[in-house]
Amino acid sequence: MRQEARTINAQEIKKDFPLLQRKFYDKQLVYLDSASTTQKPSVVIESLKEFYEKYNANVHRGIYKLSEEATQLYESAREKIAKFVGARPEELIFAKSCTEAINLLAYSLELKEGDEILISEMEHHSNFVPWQQIAKEKKAKLRFVKVDEEGKLDLESLKAQLNEKTKIVSITHVSNVLGTINPIKEIADIVHKNSSAVFIVDAAQSVGHMKINVKDLDADFLAFSGHKMLGPVGIGCLYGKAELLQKMKPFLYGGDMIKEVTFEKTEFNDLPWKFEAGTQPIAEAIALAKAIEYLEQIEMDTVEEHDRILTQYALEKLRELGAKIYGPNERAPVISFNLEGIHSHDIATILDGEAIAVRGGHHCCMPLMSVLGISGAARVSFYIYNTKEDVDALIEGIKKVKKVFE
Amino acid sequence: MYRENILDHFKNPRNFGNLENADATQKEVNTLCGDEVEVQIKVNGDAINDIRFNGRGCAISQAAASILTEFVKGKNFDEIKRLERNDILEMLGIEISPVRLKCALLALYALKNALRKVENA
Repeated sequence: MRQEARTINAQEIKKDFPLLQRKFYDKQLVYLDSASTTQKPSVVIESLKEFYEKYNANVHRGIYKLSEEATQLYESAREKIAKFVGARPEELIFAKSCTEAINLLAYSLELKEGDEILISEMEHHSNFVPWQQIAKEKKAKLRFVKVDEEGKLDLESLKAQLNEKTKIVSITHVSNVLGTINPIKEIADIVHKNSSAVFIVDAAQSVGHMKINVKDLDADFLAFSGHKMLGPVGIGCLYGKAELLQKMKPFLYGGDMIKEVTFEKTEFNDLPWKFEAGTQPIAEAIALAKAIEYLEQIEMDTVEEHDRILTQYALEKLRELGAKIYGPNERAPVISFNLEGIHSHDIATILDGEAIAVRGGHHCCMPLMSVLGISGAARVSFYIYNTKEDVDALIEGIKKVKKVFE
Repeated sequence: MYRENILDHFKNPRNFGNLENADATQKEVNTLCGDEVEVQIKVNGDAINDIRFNGRGCAISQAAASILTEFVKGKNFDEIKRLERNDILEMLGIEISPVRLKCALLALYALKNALRKVENA
């Protein structure tokens, strides 16, 4: 498979992204923060504009043709996105973000006193804080799978902490700090063999970067966000096995999630609308489907291969400069590093002066930072529009940083 | 932002270390960046007799602490309480982007809280 993957002409792809044409301080922008949010191709931006110019109406409500068209576009977008991750449309719930999708699960899954929730030390705050808070509220116990020296999940620690009390296991697919790609299929197998817990995957960093099939992974739930995969902000998705979603109580109450309301009671709508109260981000859902079409044209195997080549190239160059790199060698296109005696925000500020956009700080993973024994790190992350020249610019920038602090 | 004087204060911080018998010690942390500054003061009446700081973090936060400790030694409380953002920026002599402002102001925040401790003691 690998050797047959096509390669990307990132220089050409860059032209599809208007924002990447911007300059700062008279220098061409080098955007290396796609793990925070990706830039958007013209087709996605145009799609938002087209919706408001031609199709804007509320969905599932109007009898008139315009509303029917909007509904049709919205539900086709759902079909497209569901198919992209190997799900059925009724199993694909729209939310405003990946974080909201995880909160939906935290509030709608049943938990009682003494139950256990298992997450890992490498979770983003969005797959950490909701569980910490719900555990406190329900008097459940929150436990953590250890991260080993190399930055991988310790599967022995996972196995050892599963028991009959474990009701929820929620693990990230790809670490937004370490770049670690967790073996989700294997983890799902361990969880399902050793407990009756539901297994949730935080796929915010993976869906836009590799082929995902929820059935193959055997995840019970999988959450991801649109804006980290070329889509607009304001749209996130939650996949859930239909039989599990059916048993759950709604997260938010209001319009569109009901079948019948009387003065005495409300009958909730069918899946997936039972979990979609209020007017949804319609234009954003449609634009996310456009982003997926764009990715499909490139093919996900090709995206993954491009990520891999660029990441390996950057790792080698960063090591040559003596950077301390966190996480395993085989990884997603995310590299967090530190330079001896230089704070990550100083690195980010000096690189900004070269129009190179990187992150510094704790990356919304303060517990992981404490495990690593650091207060922060600089982070670069790549996507389809990044080139080897971008990495070269980064390396030149880092040489400048080192020179300033010599 | 990374002028010679900033880097000099970062690499060779003045008044760095601990005071014996400090009248007040105050540590402030910038959780977003992990910057830390701890200020220790000795007072004489209503003036700063001596001051030291400890800390770790970005060049801006540490240089600002070093520069501030030099400036306030011997100054009275009222003068210090009047210090604000622009005074610190003037002492640093650089322009600071809004996101990095809290790094520059961390030491002043610690110092003002230390004064409060002395006054409330």
